[in-house]
Amino acid sequence: MNYLEMKHIKKHFDELEVLKDISLNVREGQVVAIIGPSGSGKSTLLRCATMLEKIDDGELSYLGERAAYSQNGEAVYEAPGKLKQLKSYYGLVFQNFNLFPHYSVMKNICDAPIRVQKREKKEVQEQAKVLLKKMGLEDKADAYPYQLSGGQQQRVSIARALCMNPKILFFDEPTSALDPQLTGEILKVIKDLAAEHMTMVIVTHEMNFARNVADHIVFMENGVIVKEGAPEELFTSDNQRIKEFLGKFQD
Amino acid sequence: MGISQMLMKLAEGMATSCWIFGITLLFSLPLGMVIAFGRMSKKRIVQGITKIYISIMRGTPLMLQLMVVYFGPYYLFGIKISPFYRNIAVVIGFVLNYAAYFAEIYRSGIESMPVGQYEAAEILGYSKSQTFLHIILPQVIKRILPSVTNEVITLVKDTSLAFVIAVSEMFTIAKALASSQTSMVPYVAAGIFYYVFNFLVAWIMEKIEKHLSYYR
Repeated sequence: MNYLEMKHIKKHFDELEVLKDISLNVREGQVVAIIGPSGSGKSTLLRCATMLEKIDDGELSYLGERAAYSQNGEAVYEAPGKLKQLKSYYGLVFQNFNLFPHYSVMKNICDAPIRVQKREKKEVQEQAKVLLKKMGLEDKADAYPYQLSGGQQQRVSIARALCMNPKILFFDEPTSALDPQLTGEILKVIKDLAAEHMTMVIVTHEMNFARNVADHIVFMENGVIVKEGAPEELFTSDNQRIKEFLGKFQD
Repeated sequence: MGISQMLMKLAEGMATSCWIFGITLLFSLPLGMVIAFGRMSKKRIVQGITKIYISIMRGTPLMLQLMVVYFGPYYLFGIKISPFYRNIAVVIGFVLNYAAYFAEIYRSGIESMPVGQYEAAEILGYSKSQTFLHIILPQVIKRILPSVTNEVITLVKDTSLAFVIAVSEMFTIAKALASSQTSMVPYVAAGIFYYVFNFLVAWIMEKIEKHLSYYR
């Protein structure tokens, strides 16, 4: 089943065409990495996939349920109630974590499940404890975000996203704000999630990571998908642009 | 008239100053929030009206505004004004003026919030009102507290402006006593009163700031 389906997505900011007719499918359990140079549109694609940004044209659906369709060359979104339900299917981990600074780690994780999903407080807290343990942060439940390192904050934000029990987890350059050592912490967590067959879409600059964890890689440039396929296929591609791009990372 | 009698009279004025202060805060703090929303509204008309309103309130002296509110009904519509209307005019004048200042403080706080906080809340499914009430507002309060303290301290001293429409607050009485008794004592007493009042305000606000310092 296609957990995420994007068809002929177009998006522009003022005069600038950022996404030019992009189509992307993500199947259940798939880990898709989106790579490409800065300004290629990969972050915009992720923001459109998570509905933080509205598409100009194209089709968008989650788990086979339609969120937007194309009509007379323009995207039409479903009613807000329907979108709210669809939004509950996915979570997003931000580049800058975006934890709530006034909430403790525990409250950061539990507040939305309790307030938004109206779940039982006790059950949510149990799940949060399990997630914190998995993230290696069981002793940080009562800490506030400012007391944590960047890597720890990012792990809390992953736990916060997971506690909503999403079907798909999106990552927007989750390690870009971290130094190499902290990056390793996050990549390990994502690797563990991949082993549990969590469906994930990751925008990343970590080429080795993309190669090792993703089972599908999308290479974007100038608002189009230049090539997509299995990691080995991309990393051994003859395409000049991909070679150049990957070459820069191998140096 | 002895000093104790003077102090008794001044005490009455103190009470008046205190209620002007209290009632003004009570109404202008929430009204400021409404005006701040108007100022940030996407509707051009609402935004324009609040912008003009704030501009007038900040651009003209509070003393003048009090006189307009008090004498306006008579000069403009020929309505006879009762002596009691003084107290209402003082409240209207102060609340309208301070709400404008608070609105700008709220707006600066709300607009300083990183967009990521809104996006994180949106992704987690919070409604617009939940996002504002539980995620944004608590952080805004912490950010604007020093500016609010400033404004509240100014308000304590501004209550003395009520003398222009002859509301018998602290300063009005001190002035009357000073001239009738040819004594500096009422002025000194008034000065001490304002200072102590503000000392308390600053102390309370500092307590609140400390209370909110559990996060950064």
